[in-house]
Amino acid sequence: MQPIRVEEVQTALNRFANQDVYLHLETTNGAYASHHNERFFSAGAYIRNGRIRFSRGKIVGKGPYRVGLRLDFGWVYAEGLTDWEVTDKGQLLLAGHDYEGKLAVALQLSYEPF
Amino acid sequence: MERHILVVFPHPDDEAFGVSGTLALHAENGTPITYACLTLGEMGRNMGKPPFANRETLPLIRKKELEDACKIIGIKDLRLLGFRDKTIEFEDEELLSDRIGAIIAETNPSLIITFYPGYSVHPDHDACGAAVIRAVERLPKEKRPTVHCVAFAKNCEQELGKPDIVRDVSSVIDKKMAAIQAHRSQTEGLMKAASKRGGDALAWLKTERFWTYKWKKVL
Repeated sequence: MQPIRVEEVQTALNRFANQDVYLHLETTNGAYASHHNERFFSAGAYIRNGRIRFSRGKIVGKGPYRVGLRLDFGWVYAEGLTDWEVTDKGQLLLAGHDYEGKLAVALQLSYEPF
Repeated sequence: MERHILVVFPHPDDEAFGVSGTLALHAENGTPITYACLTLGEMGRNMGKPPFANRETLPLIRKKELEDACKIIGIKDLRLLGFRDKTIEFEDEELLSDRIGAIIAETNPSLIITFYPGYSVHPDHDACGAAVIRAVERLPKEKRPTVHCVAFAKNCEQELGKPDIVRDVSSVIDKKMAAIQAHRSQTEGLMKAASKRGGDALAWLKTERFWTYKWKKVL
């Protein structure tokens, strides 16, 4: 993956608007966070291949970046995004890596299920 | 000498830190080993240091790393069961035990190695160990293979007592280190940090500890 370039990610986001697309969204602090630090409250969530349709998608911030996707009846939101890639299948992968290089958040869009 | 060893863990690299020395010793003795790995660790956070994997390439990278680690350890029969990382505890419990039970019936192991359910920190570890125990408990007691469990929850010694098997694996530590390093996407950062600390940072790897599972259900 490469460090996010806002204009290019914005162009990529626009390509997924106004059609049914598949979403992978996750946040994670790792399954061992509370094991290594008992005072750490471990939380995380992911959705894989949620089918959504958004009318407007936008990336903002000075890095790490935030992305919001406006749905007909709601929103998709992610913060902490640092890196991006478009795969050979045309999938848009956005990820946030923490200071140790570990994945902390991911927001990915695909025309076909991941 | 064991007749056949069956190892059941949920993630590529689960075998490396806790049991690869034990397995390498058995493999050197000529004992056949089957490793049933439930997932490809698709949801791992480590992407390499610096990152070279992403969420979509990680499964294939980890599959290759696992195959390399098995070669180093001497595991010739690797089974990838195709479940998904982080979902083992939500799977149909009977289906999980059926899949593991079928491999037990086929390979007829004298020893099974897995995680101790309830004492293995990661929900996939606990659910994996529980599925193995359920599968073995379907057999009459005299037909059950021995089960050696890995446990590392903070309370494991307090509740289970001391591990009854403590094995010095320093004679195969080179193979063990190579197996750990084969899981590069997951272990590179950790190993770099350990070598920076120097001294005995990796001394704990020379000892492997197991709790023999004590059966509660008797048919």
